[in-house]
Amino acid sequence: MNPNSILEVKDLHAWFGSIEVVKGISMVALEHTVTAMIGPSGCGKSTFIRCLNRLHEESPGARATGQVLLENRDIYEKKVDPVSIRRRVGMVFQKPNPFPSMSIFDNVVAGLRLAGVRRSSTLKEIVEHSLQAAALWDEVKDKLHALGTSLSGGQQQRLCIARALAVEPKVLLMDEPTSALDPISTGKIEELLTELRKKVTVIIVTHNMQQAARISDQTAFFLSGELIEFGETSQVFTAPKKEQTERYITGRFG
Amino acid sequence: MERHFDTSLRELKEQLVVMASWVERAIEEATQGLQLSSLERLENVYELEKKINQSHMSVDSACLKLLALQQPLATDLRLIFAIIKINTDLERMGDQAVNISRNAREYIQAPPMKPLIDLPIMFQEVRQMVGVALDSFVKSNENLARDVLQRDDRVDALKNKIFKDTLEHLKTHADQIEQGLTLILIARNLERIGDHSTNIAEDVIFALTGEDVRHASQAATIKNVLKSSS
Repeated sequence: MNPNSILEVKDLHAWFGSIEVVKGISMVALEHTVTAMIGPSGCGKSTFIRCLNRLHEESPGARATGQVLLENRDIYEKKVDPVSIRRRVGMVFQKPNPFPSMSIFDNVVAGLRLAGVRRSSTLKEIVEHSLQAAALWDEVKDKLHALGTSLSGGQQQRLCIARALAVEPKVLLMDEPTSALDPISTGKIEELLTELRKKVTVIIVTHNMQQAARISDQTAFFLSGELIEFGETSQVFTAPKKEQTERYITGRFG
Repeated sequence: MERHFDTSLRELKEQLVVMASWVERAIEEATQGLQLSSLERLENVYELEKKINQSHMSVDSACLKLLALQQPLATDLRLIFAIIKINTDLERMGDQAVNISRNAREYIQAPPMKPLIDLPIMFQEVRQMVGVALDSFVKSNENLARDVLQRDDRVDALKNKIFKDTLEHLKTHADQIEQGLTLILIARNLERIGDHSTNIAEDVIFALTGEDVRHASQAATIKNVLKSSS
């Protein structure tokens, strides 16, 4: 095992009812790296990352087998509490989803409050720290008690990133986090990812090839629930080893 | 399903192939001009060079546009990257043809020196090398490209022989120093054309396979030297 590995997936399978959507994936994410997951719609990449924080099993009829070692410990062991895993493996979704009735401040600390953190000075400190890490502090520091939903789409997404960072996760999963955003907001989040990698390991699903090429260290190409190719991003985008990867990234698919 | 992008790439390749045919023509005119002592044929090189320069700019601009608008990846990216470099090599080959033409004009206008023996052989070798390099690009053929890399040593050996023989000749014919130098320059121009053909072949291999074969022999030599000294 690589000493820098933070997340190691071994023979992961996932189903919706009787349909197998993730078919025996094994891969390793190293600490402080960004891994991009690419592949056509329905190839299982979103389901795959939802298995990495045990979110997949929340869907009706969904189940998964295999191992996901987070810092050497299998998150699918019987006695593991899925909620504690989600604190260590945060998630940001495609559509910004701040809690609609909560202020910016309350959105950021929602997870901490659930975990029992009450001290006001601690919460304030974490709010500032998280919003700064999400590159949103300067824009909202004077209106922390405004509703989270009053922000623009790009700001809301960074608020969701701040909310995910507040609980100091080890890994941050992002499912097409910029697909609903304009190029400027997208650019801010991409810049942010470069900074975030110093603190967390990022696994991001994206349909934007250029985005994957710009921001990630490794790229994984999924097709029909299988991991076709996994390698250094610069290699995958200049000289992919597999014909299917080549066809997909050059738009010759289908 | 063919992509619109494929049409643009095909047009770009065609544009480069037309340019390459002018370069081949320019080399042909320069070398034949010398062999046949034809000033007219040497003159033709200048006209061809103008066309080559025009094409040099328009190929670059087409590549830039495709990079900006299509943001190509993988084989597409490698192909455009190779075309940008081949384009530069072709332009330089055109410049070398002009240099040969200029040197040849001086050579044929001076009193005759000695019958040309190795230079025509070198002409032939270099023209073949250029032809095979361009063929490897047109046919996307890795084997042809690798064949070009083998030929470079022969051209270098011919250049060295011409240098040596000419210097030897000049030792006893001091009055022919100018002609002798011109011959040496022409051999040098030809050798440079061979080098550009090698570059083209290396770029074709990279475009086709993603393998960077440049400086491979140099790296192997260094490795051998290190091995033998340890």
